[in-house]
Amino acid sequence: MSPSSASNERLARFAVSPARKRRDLLARGGVIVGTALAVMPLLLIVYYLLRKGLGVWSVSFFTTDPTGNTFFGASSIGGIKSAILGTIEIVALASAISIPVGIGVAVWLVEYGRGSVFASAVRFFVDVLTGVPSILFGLFVYIVLIVGTGSTYAGWKGAVALSLLMLPIVIRSAEVILLLVPGALRESALALGAPRWRVIFSIVLPTALPGLVTGVLLAIARAAGETAPLLFTAAATLHTSFNLSGFMNSLPVQIYKDVTSPTTAVVNRAWGAALTLVVMILLLNLIARLIARRSRLA
Amino acid sequence: MEATPLASSGRSIVGRPLLARLPDRILKYGLSALSALILVLIVYFFFRLIGQARPAFEKEGVLGFVFGNNWDVGAEHFGALPLLVGTLITSGVALLIGVPVAVAAAVYVTELCPLRLRGGLTVLIELLAAVPSVVYGLWGIFFLAPKLQPAEQWLADRLSFIPFVGGGLVTIPNYFVAGLVLATMILPIVSAISREVMATVPPDHKEAALALGATRWEMIRMAVLPYCRSGIVGGAMLGLGRAIGEAIAVAIVIGDAPKLGHQLFAQGYSLAAAIVNEFGEAQGVHRSALFAAGLVLFVLTLIVNAIARLLVARAARTGGGRGGVENAAAGGQVIGGAAAGA
Amino acid sequence: MTPNRPAREVSDVDPDSHARLEREEYSTVEQGTEGASEPIVRRITGAREQPAAGSAPAAGESTEAQTKAGPSIKLEQLRAFYGDAEQVKGIDLEFHANEVTAIIGPSGCGKSTMVRCINRMHEEIPGARAEGRVLLEDLDVYDPTVDVIAVRRAVGMVFQKPNPFPTMSVFDNVAAGLRLTSRGRGDLREKVEAALRGAGLWDEVADRLHEPGMGLSGGQQQRLCIARSLAVDPEVILMDEPCSALDPIATLKIEELIDELKQRVTIVIVTHNMQQAARVADRTAFMLGGQLVEVGATEEIFTNPSDPRTEEYVTGKFG
Repeated sequence: MSPSSASNERLARFAVSPARKRRDLLARGGVIVGTALAVMPLLLIVYYLLRKGLGVWSVSFFTTDPTGNTFFGASSIGGIKSAILGTIEIVALASAISIPVGIGVAVWLVEYGRGSVFASAVRFFVDVLTGVPSILFGLFVYIVLIVGTGSTYAGWKGAVALSLLMLPIVIRSAEVILLLVPGALRESALALGAPRWRVIFSIVLPTALPGLVTGVLLAIARAAGETAPLLFTAAATLHTSFNLSGFMNSLPVQIYKDVTSPTTAVVNRAWGAALTLVVMILLLNLIARLIARRSRLA
Repeated sequence: MEATPLASSGRSIVGRPLLARLPDRILKYGLSALSALILVLIVYFFFRLIGQARPAFEKEGVLGFVFGNNWDVGAEHFGALPLLVGTLITSGVALLIGVPVAVAAAVYVTELCPLRLRGGLTVLIELLAAVPSVVYGLWGIFFLAPKLQPAEQWLADRLSFIPFVGGGLVTIPNYFVAGLVLATMILPIVSAISREVMATVPPDHKEAALALGATRWEMIRMAVLPYCRSGIVGGAMLGLGRAIGEAIAVAIVIGDAPKLGHQLFAQGYSLAAAIVNEFGEAQGVHRSALFAAGLVLFVLTLIVNAIARLLVARAARTGGGRGGVENAAAGGQVIGGAAAGA
Repeated sequence: MTPNRPAREVSDVDPDSHARLEREEYSTVEQGTEGASEPIVRRITGAREQPAAGSAPAAGESTEAQTKAGPSIKLEQLRAFYGDAEQVKGIDLEFHANEVTAIIGPSGCGKSTMVRCINRMHEEIPGARAEGRVLLEDLDVYDPTVDVIAVRRAVGMVFQKPNPFPTMSVFDNVAAGLRLTSRGRGDLREKVEAALRGAGLWDEVADRLHEPGMGLSGGQQQRLCIARSLAVDPEVILMDEPCSALDPIATLKIEELIDELKQRVTIVIVTHNMQQAARVADRTAFMLGGQLVEVGATEEIFTNPSDPRTEEYVTGKFG
């Protein structure tokens, strides 16, 4: 039943002007366009990586070192074996440094130092560290470990630079997770007469473990993709090396070097390497998210 | 103190033997020493950096270095103004493009989007942060820049009357493309923080606006956006910090022209890009100048990030909610890294 | 048409005096389309300012508002759902024009849900929907040709917790609804002042119009929200437990306000507080478990209810 004219008049008094309706529609449209723009780059990047990089993948791609030849065809430029292994080695060392230190500092912040001025200062400086551009970590390690000691580039020095980068990430995410562990849990353990360190190792850390692992994995994923800290510290070499005190290749640095090459085959190798790197990182991200979902906290 | 043994257990209830208390002591002081290390590290870094930069400052003077308009490696002149301006241009473009897109996406996801799409969209935007900067550079120089060049040339020709934008020849690597790539890189951070702040708007205010007869967009404008202002600005500043410090992606797509940026679509330079490009072969004063550039970068990002944190903290305070905003600022950094990647 | 009541003096509010129920004389009044006699509710003495028949309008009220009548509201088989759960189960209820109708009932009986269907706010909740008809006079607000935004202008709402917009000043809060439509800025000031006077707040905020709305006391904030609703000139005002977050003096002020406002608009008030219903409402409806149990003159409901469940609730046996 359609409204009578009297009611029509009544509601017409309150009607929404077409201008307002238009503005509402325009705004909605604008917001949707914005969202589409936000989602597009990822899809485009993935598409291009697959299109240009998949074709380069082959067994020899992963099992041969780059030869440094840039003047000949694809068969003679080699693959990225040393880059992959180098990344794994360097990131592994960086993790071995930053994870214990990072979680240790987070434990201190939450369990021992909470509320103290010192803790606020530490948290402040961790925040500062988070905002430091990664190239500066490379410069720092260069100053201290290369200029300072008069020695030269080395894989482990690159690892130190990366660990500096990972440190604030690990600390922050670990702190967030540890804070989520219910205080009641700690208290009941303490009330049973357990010493603080016992409570931490037997109760708090195990409860927080999935969240800690998530944070660590994300930090690793971040570090694996960094180029600048490694440029002036680990430098790069072509050969696979297991000697962390010598030059060491890594995926991001290899890609960076290949990007500016005039030889198409080398550029293609860069795409293949980029795809490899992104796959590694996305895998880490995926595992991190899956583990996060299984966490009993938050 | 006399130990008073309990019935048959033989344990005293007063005082623990020194040995039992040791692990706790070690843990506590060991960890606090570790934490102190962080403070020491940063201060130490700062001073060492200044030390390395000093020769350049001595040659040009501090102000001369920062504001001198002449970066000439060959003639050993190191006025970093072109680099500074280049950094500002690219970051400016990044903010101009990236922030509205990020906020629009945040508005859509929190207010307008059907529930089942929400998670997927969020992940898609956040994954942008997982892409390494060297891949952004690769994609930028081989896909984005060439694709955009015709459009840029068209714009430059049409708008030749606008001083900065128009006129001149458009090169493939240029300020604009660098800014665009940076915009993509800061999308996840700005969007994550905006989303968090918007999610904490109390529903009362939204209902009050709707009950007054507001359209959906009017409600967002009246009740959501004003409430989220400081949080969004804080997020934008975190993005700015990221954009300022980004080295590798910018180095790849900006070209290599240490002249004062006078055209949006021309090759340019930035502080971080200069360091990346020139450090390998730099010697003596040149190298010191690059350290000085790093120092400028450090100070800039410090200031920007400090302001950003203040704003985000303020938004978190008024917003309440389980520190969701601060978590986003922390989490956003965890997943993507507000620290400039390279 | 105003009821024929003896003029009352405005006496000081005496917070120590307890409510003294006083029976007032009945008067026969023609109201709207109803020819029934309108009983007058018991009132608390000593705290009321009442407009006498034919007297000059109460201070501040615009003359044009006095002559406009609010619409009657009729709910026909109204059902409201949250997903699959039916919260309001087929209600037929009529609210008389220019009257205050109170909805009482225990928690969870669906009073707020039902009221939110009247201005179609219920459907803003994801997964919620309503069926049936809600008629403003003869216009069904759920008719597909009707614009929901227009409905919300015509039917204003005051919420349980005062919610002025936190980023806006007092003035901007009241003007918020106006700014959505009015083109002319010229009479914005006048309209804001009129609305504030209508809410009985003008004297208290006239000198701080541009200070933040959140800086007012709780009771003032709620009256600010009422002013905000009034500014867009609605025909109906829905109030969802408007005083539950306020202290007794603020509550009293708002109840006085309701008494004045009903001359301009039809008012529906959801309340937990039966004494409030007794003080303020012309008619009262009792709901239980999503259904309407009984509706009638407030006096009747409280002294001589027909349904035993109503009697149990009203005498405090449960709820």
